[in-house]
Amino acid sequence: MKTDARNFAATKEVLVPLLRQMLLVRRVEERLSADFHAGKLPGGVHLYIGQEAVAVGVCAHLRDSDTITSTHRGHGHFIAKGGSPRAMMAEIWGKRSGICRGMGGSMHVADVSKGILGANGIVAAGLAITCGAAYAVTLDRSDRVAVAFFGDGAANQGTLMETLNVATLWNLPMIFVCENNRFSEFSPTSTVTAGDIVDRARAFKIPCASVDGNDVLAVHGAAGAAIERARKGGGPSFIEAHTYRLHGHLEAEKSFLKSAYRESAEVEEWRGRDPIALFKTYLRGEGILDEREVDALEREIAAIVEDAAQFAEAGEPADPNLVFEVMFHEQRA
Amino acid sequence: MAKKRYIQAINDALTEEMARDPKIILFGEDVEISMFGDTLGLLERFGPGRIRNTPICEATLTGMAVGAAASGYRVVLHMMFSNFIYTGFDAIANQMAKLRLMTGGQMSMPITILAGYGGGRSSAAQHSDTPHPLLMNLGGVNVVVPASPADAKGLLKTVLRGKNPTFFLEAGGRGAETAEVPDEDYTIPLGKVSVLRPGRDVTVVAIGTMVKHALAAIPELEAKGIDPEVIDIRTLVPLDEDGIIASVQKTGRLVVVDEARDRCSAASHICAVVADKAFSALKAPPKRVTVPNVAMPYAPASEKNVLPNPAKIAAAAAALVGR
Repeated sequence: MKTDARNFAATKEVLVPLLRQMLLVRRVEERLSADFHAGKLPGGVHLYIGQEAVAVGVCAHLRDSDTITSTHRGHGHFIAKGGSPRAMMAEIWGKRSGICRGMGGSMHVADVSKGILGANGIVAAGLAITCGAAYAVTLDRSDRVAVAFFGDGAANQGTLMETLNVATLWNLPMIFVCENNRFSEFSPTSTVTAGDIVDRARAFKIPCASVDGNDVLAVHGAAGAAIERARKGGGPSFIEAHTYRLHGHLEAEKSFLKSAYRESAEVEEWRGRDPIALFKTYLRGEGILDEREVDALEREIAAIVEDAAQFAEAGEPADPNLVFEVMFHEQRA
Repeated sequence: MAKKRYIQAINDALTEEMARDPKIILFGEDVEISMFGDTLGLLERFGPGRIRNTPICEATLTGMAVGAAASGYRVVLHMMFSNFIYTGFDAIANQMAKLRLMTGGQMSMPITILAGYGGGRSSAAQHSDTPHPLLMNLGGVNVVVPASPADAKGLLKTVLRGKNPTFFLEAGGRGAETAEVPDEDYTIPLGKVSVLRPGRDVTVVAIGTMVKHALAAIPELEAKGIDPEVIDIRTLVPLDEDGIIASVQKTGRLVVVDEARDRCSAASHICAVVADKAFSALKAPPKRVTVPNVAMPYAPASEKNVLPNPAKIAAAAAALVGR
């Protein structure tokens, strides 16, 4: 790890939950991958495997009253922000016990009570929604913050420039977290993106950081500074976290793509930089966790995931007529 | 009762409801100086937090409305000309129209979008559209098209007290028209047509800007011995199907007047509803008076050529009656 935990006086109480949350995200996603390939899920899933350090490193600083928006690859943000694995998995299974009662599915998991304003199938949509949520914070004169997670693909939408302008001009407590996972769907980022994404934000003269997104402590450090600044009225910040999408754009892609869009050697190289493995090594090296404690944590997480998957599978299918009741408030569609 | 201008009635509704509910905020391009006059004086009354000028960035403004609404505010977003709705369409079509469903009802979207629509003033193709058909087709937004000052005030109050994303489309160029507006606090429910002139021979359903023309067609029809029933639709979503059908059951004939382009217009939808649900009452095929499937031209004579007017409405109605 490049970042020394001692720089932010990290204690076991801070560090172990980071590993725990990363493991929870990873194991939930692995289970969803298995369930998808077993033909059990009604829709497709876009998995967060490989990027866990970003959601976990940022959300470790957030309260329920802080808001996040996310992308089609949103399971990791949902879990990291405190969403229930049971309710999320039931949603993805299309069950009435799902967090959105089966109306949203994988791409739209949201839990308003936890400040999760939703995963979003429109890349960059969350930027504008977060900008509005951050404006609401200033009207409330609160120290809440609003975080937008978005990808390198979304950074090519004009909404990024528009929201950088408004957030800077109005000094909004908004944190832009760009997860550069090196792919816009199936296009390598270098083929569709000019320059460095972080430089687009630098033009607005707001605090910007470019960090190793596979180093949870680097993300945690940059996010902590940005969020603290926003809480104190210091306005928006931008973080570009460089990471790698270990799975495909979506799990089904091998069934329809006629050719590969990346070399397996590249994937293997990034597997060698797996954020969870790196962090485990770090924690062991620092004497913070031993092998026995890591195993115990893994068992605890495995039990949570198994319980959530069984809960999802056993649930009642979503109510087919609910759609007519929830389109509008107190007005039948 | 007092005579008020259409735009003043809208301004009064905004002022009264913002005074009543501190969670209402309003933002948009140049809302402080107020191009149309509907937001005039709100900044002085409610301050720079609740009333805010924005950059010209519709794609972000519509998304911000969603984010502020999800954070507990009732948002009024002024989009100026309704053509600019297209520029901000993602957060309209993909977010505010769908988020309540997508979240299983966790979110409500109390968002009111104000925009002026319609042609007739040589504003040319990008400032003259009547986009309600597009909005009606989204499924998740209400569409309100007030034609009179009293309706504008009462309908806007209902919208501002509701919790659904709603387009409150202002009849372009009609801001200075005056009519009686009740003094007391009142609201008008969505989804109820207003029968402006009862009649026996033909139902003329008019939408927003077209109500004035439909009323102006009455003398010509009366001169031909035709007794028209003129209905102001007031709201397109929700649509008062029962109110329209009740009238057609009585008259047996239907003309719908709509400033939208003909293809998939509100008029064509209303005709389809009547054909579907009141076919046996019809004595003649339902007729649409709409704008042809073209963009609004600039030159006055060209524009006049494509817009509905009292003569076109009277001709359509008279043809149905066979006179």
